[in-house]
Formats: sequence, C-alpha cells, structure tokens
Amino acid sequence: METTAPALETHDLSVAYQKKPVLYGVDLEIPEGKLVGIVGPNGAGKSTLIKAIMGLLPLRSGWVKVFGQPFAKAKRRVGYVPQRESVDWDFPVNVMDVVLMGRYGHLGWIKRPSAADREIARNCLDQVNLLPYANRQISNLSGGQQQRVFLARALAQESDLYLMDEPFAGVDAATEAAIIVLLKELKARGKTILVVHHDLTTAKDYFDMLVLLNMRVVDYGDTADVFTVEKLQKTYGGRLTLLSDVTRQEARQKAGEEV
Amino acid sequence: MSTRLTPSRSVRWQSTAGLAVVVWLALFAVTPAAWADRIGDIQETSVWEQAGRFFTFRDPGLRLALAGCLLLGLSCGLLGGFVVVRKMALVGDTLSHAVLPGIALGFLWNMTKDPVAILAGATLVGLLGVMVVDWITRTTTLQQDAALGLVLSAFYGVGICLVTRIQRLPTGNKSGIDKFMFGQAAALGEDDIVLMLVTTLVTVALIVLFYRGLLVLSFNREFGEAMGLPMKLLHHLLMLLTAFAIVVAMQAVGVVLVSAMLVIPAASAYLMTDRMHRLLLLAALIGMGSAALGAFFSFLGHNLPTGPFMVLAGTVVFIGSFLFSPRYGWLTRLWRQHSRRLRTELENTLKAMYRVQEDRDFHGEGVSVLELAERRKETVEEIQARVKNLRSAGLATLTEEGRMIHFTPEGYRQACLIVRNHRLWELYLTNVAHFAADHVHAEAEEVEHVLGEDTVRQLERRLKFPRQDPHGKPIPSLRDMVGTSAEEELQRGTETLGYR
Repeated sequence: METTAPALETHDLSVAYQKKPVLYGVDLEIPEGKLVGIVGPNGAGKSTLIKAIMGLLPLRSGWVKVFGQPFAKAKRRVGYVPQRESVDWDFPVNVMDVVLMGRYGHLGWIKRPSAADREIARNCLDQVNLLPYANRQISNLSGGQQQRVFLARALAQESDLYLMDEPFAGVDAATEAAIIVLLKELKARGKTILVVHHDLTTAKDYFDMLVLLNMRVVDYGDTADVFTVEKLQKTYGGRLTLLSDVTRQEARQKAGEEV
Repeated sequence: MSTRLTPSRSVRWQSTAGLAVVVWLALFAVTPAAWADRIGDIQETSVWEQAGRFFTFRDPGLRLALAGCLLLGLSCGLLGGFVVVRKMALVGDTLSHAVLPGIALGFLWNMTKDPVAILAGATLVGLLGVMVVDWITRTTTLQQDAALGLVLSAFYGVGICLVTRIQRLPTGNKSGIDKFMFGQAAALGEDDIVLMLVTTLVTVALIVLFYRGLLVLSFNREFGEAMGLPMKLLHHLLMLLTAFAIVVAMQAVGVVLVSAMLVIPAASAYLMTDRMHRLLLLAALIGMGSAALGAFFSFLGHNLPTGPFMVLAGTVVFIGSFLFSPRYGWLTRLWRQHSRRLRTELENTLKAMYRVQEDRDFHGEGVSVLELAERRKETVEEIQARVKNLRSAGLATLTEEGRMIHFTPEGYRQACLIVRNHRLWELYLTNVAHFAADHVHAEAEEVEHVLGEDTVRQLERRLKFPRQDPHGKPIPSLRDMVGTSAEEELQRGTETLGYR
C-alpha cells in the first residue's frame, strides 16, 4: 500500500471565480479505500472544491492527480454525483435513461449501450432499490428517489473514486440510511468516496476522514483526530472575510473591472 | 376503477378538432382569392381546382415548394426539440432575427440569390450574434434576457436597413429578397432545395450519431463534462445546426416567424410524451405536417405568404396538444376530475345505503327510496337520479314500482370497501395521528375515495386488523364483503383486494 499513489491528490488548488466562493491553496492527499467527508459552513467552497477537482471550473493555480495521473487522463476512474437541484427533473427522460448516462463515459462518442451496459444499469438500480421504477418518468419520483437515481448513475460509471455533492440533502431518513449503507459497501469493495456533507451531527459517524473546509483546508485527517470542538470552531467561527474580499478583488482587477 | 380518457379517444378528438381548423384556415386562404377574383388580377381558378392541382402535384414549382416545406419542418422540429428542453427558445428567436444582416450580405456578395453565399453569410452573422450575447452576459451584470433582446433588435435593425437598400438597387425589385421577410415557399428554387436537403440530411445524421451526447448535454451538462464527453463541441454543433435550419427555412417561413417553427412543434410534442426520442420524432412529424399545411393554404390562396399559415397550422396542433394531451391536457384533466366526481357521488350513495341497512342491523332486504332520501337529506327526485346512476353502473337494482333499492353483489362489495376505508382512516387519525375524535369524520369523507388497496393493507397492519372504528361502529371485513354467495365470490373478493 505504501507504494501506490493516493486516490486523489491536489496541490495548491486555488479558485477565484466571480460569483463563486473562493478556494485557496487546497492540498489534499486522500488514500485509497476511504470514506471522506467535506464539511464546512455555507459558502466555504465545498461544491466549488469538487467541481474544481473535476476541472469544471477554471483554476487559478494548482493541480489535481487521480491515482497518480493528471485528472484528464483518469476521468473514467472518477464517478460524480452532482447536486440534485442542478438539473431539471421535468426533463423528458425516464429513470433507466438517466442511469444509462453513467455508461456514456465508457462508450465514448458513438457506440450505443449494449445489452451488457443495460444489465449493469439494472444492477445499479437494484442496488439503490429503484429497479421497479426503471421506466418511470423522473418527475414522478420523490426527492429521495431522485437522489438515488443519481447514485445509481454514478455506480453505473464503475469508477474507483466517487465525488458526491450533498447526496444527503433533502432526503428522508430511510433514504439517508440506505445511502450510507451503500457507501460503506462501496468502501468495502476498495472504492474511495469523497462526500460533501452539511450535517455535523452525523459527520462523525459516517466518515473515516474529514476535510474541514472554509475557503482553505482548516484541517484534514482521521475523523477521531479532526472532529474536535476547537477545530470545528476554527472552521465555522469567524468568516475569513478579508481573505475572500482580497482574493475576489484581485480577480476583479485582473478582469479589468473598476474596483 | 375510474374511467379514463383512453389515448385512442383523445387521438380521435384531436383529429376532429384538427379537421375543423383546417376548414377554418381554408377560409383564411380563400377569402383574399375571391376578393382578387373580383379585381381580376389573378387567374380564375376555383378553390377546388386549386386544391386538385395541389394534390395531384402537377406543378413542378409546387413539388419543389412542398419538398422544401417538408425538409424545413423536419430539421426545425428536430432541432427545436433540443431548443425547447434546454430552455433556449429565446436564443432561437434571437438567432433567427440576427441572421438577417447576413442574408443581405450574402446577397450583396455577388448580387444574386446564391443559396450557398446566403447560407454562409447568415450562419456567420447569426453565430456572431449568439457570441455577442454570451460576451455581454459574461462581462457585465446584465442578465441573458436583456442581452438577447438587445442583440435581437440591433442585428434585426441592421438587417432591415440592408434589405431596404438592396430593394432600392436597380435590380433590387427582382431580387426576391423580400421573400425572406414573410416567407414564400413558391420562391424556392432547385438550388435552395438541394441545399435544404443537404443540411437536413447532415442534421438528421449528426443527431442520430451523437444522440446520447446531446441528451447528456441537454439534461446535465456538468455530468457530461465530468465524464470527459465533448460537451462544448456538441453545444456549438447544435447551435450551428440550428443556425443552418433557421437560414434554410427562412425563405419559406420568413424572418419574423421562423423561430416559431423551432418552438411550436417541439412545445406541442413536449406536452404529449415524456421520452426525449419520442419528443424529437413527434416534433419532426408536427413540423413537417404544419409546414406542408402552410404550403397547401398558401397555394390555395394563390401564393399568399407561407410562413403565417405554417405557424397557424402548428399553433392548432399545439392547442390540440394543450387541450387533449394524455397527461397535461386541460380538457383531459377536466374529464378526469369529472369522472372522479361522478365516482365519488356513486360511492357516497352506496355508503348511505349501507348505513341505512346497518342502522337496522342488516334486517330486511332492500333500502327504500324514502329511507335513503332521509339519510342523505335530499328530495326523492334527487335520490331517484342517483339510483339511476347506480343502476347504469350495475351497482344496484330498483324494484318495478320504483320504491325499493337493492345492492347488486358488486354494489354491496363496493359499499363495504368505502365504509371500511372511511372507518380505517378515522381510526388511523385518532389512534396514530392523535386527531380529536370529532375532527376525523370530515377528513375521512375525502380520503375514503382515494385510498388504494396497498395503503389499506398498510393501515390494517399498522392498526393491527381492527374490528371497530373510533365511534364503536364495526369495520366491514372481507367476510362481510363476500355476503351470502359462495366460494367464487370469496375468490373474486380476494383477487380484487390483492391478497396473494
């Protein structure tokens, strides 16, 4: 295990994008097979961090490596669960269509999903207990079911590293319990999972390791070491207004705006 | 189960309504022709002759026009599907207005209506317009709608100026550039059709080839990007194809209305289905249908502008879809509400009959009309009307002299079901949700009609298969519902109740 590259490594990752929270100098090294939570106050840049890792936002500086390779080369080994609100649930597709999208990364440009791909998708739906709903239009699902559709789609990606943006937001208690069981199963199969989480009361039980984030990494390590009153206060108390203001000001000046 | 508006019936409705509006549109087309006849500046042909000429496809010019219309309906319908689900209808509108200066420049390139030069000029200027919108929204705090409105009007203004200049040129009058304003399918030449054929084939081929990529782009672009699919490229491809479709359609539809051919067929299809590939197929069919109808009416009225008729025909389809679509249709919903109300009334009458019998401990066979009227606090006439409905639904019979009502076995079973639903729900509200006992009746009056058998099973389990409601009245069980008759009734009862 000593010789293998970490599942995810970021170095000096900084984002200063207008209208988005600021991230500053994020260094992370996440070993394989861990279930890691990202916690921090609103506007701390939790979602921004996930998106920056996947190259969905322009970086100001820094780099990302996945299993020792630059992200662009290892895209297929990364599965993504975006925030549920990020899509239009009235869109004319059914549950199966959405889960099959998870296969497109492997299929590439033109290839159609094969019977094997469909079988994988059915299997993933079964893992989140949604197989009976495979032919249902996605607007006819509860919030918890919609979240599980996204999880099934990520499972269909058959990745080694999963990045999940608030998978527990707005779901009922039963769904939350089912999701956490699923995540632990994934971990048992050697997968690495990074989860944006906003509920401190459960964070301690759910995750092996925690990233305390507030525009920069306040602390990172095993949950037992990091989940302390003092460190949480450091994360949640006292917004770093100056850091965010100055960095944003710099970004605006670079864009030629009047300051 | 409640009666539903079957799809076949809604299709029949739709076609009837469609026919009515075809006649109405025909009146539009015919009136000016009749007027022109009096002036005598148009060759004398009757409407029927003209329609006959259309359907025999004798005129080569007509054949070209019709082919062009079908092609433009196809490509606009397909691309419009993406435009609508991506909530980019206004972008389509802006694009269609922004291409006008490009058309004029393409014409000025060598002073003829060269389709390729016009296509190139229009596409370039149209995409420039979209880029300007993008640029404004990115670098200022203006929102997209303002930027779209700005670009639309500015480009369109430049286009109008250029077109007017061209018309003032010595050769301008014969240029045919005025056809771009209101659309005239009859003005399509062979070159135009070839170009339309090529762009439409390219569009269909690329959509089929990249369908899944385009689906991800439309549904969840970030996810596609995270998977490494070329989302940016597909987005630009889609914009380019849309620009092509707009430009080649413009001569037949006109600059002002061409965006309607993107939006209307796709919006109609959106209401009819909830799968993307069916939406695209339907939008293409509706697009082709309304474009062909537009050509027909334009021909009927001796080359009236085609665009307005296409758009009207499309609008009629949309209205049909809005009223009758199986899921969202306004009339479909009204119909469903109506049949549900009828159902509720039937069930309430059955329940009242049951209560009358229950009050005399189920002695005696039927229930008299008078008893029922007393229980429901209604007149004898009102009760007679209700009984008539029960009889036609096969739930009760009336004796010959018209005084006594008897349950049919099915009627009795349904009465038991509804009383059971009512009392179970009352019990649930009092025991589990802790409502006060005098608050639960009104609630249960509504809920009893919508409880499904699955929910009833859950309730029974939760309440440990209760025998009595909170007011001490017995809750009918399966045995009561089966009544006197034999094994087969039990069998039927169990099947309907979903016991396995």
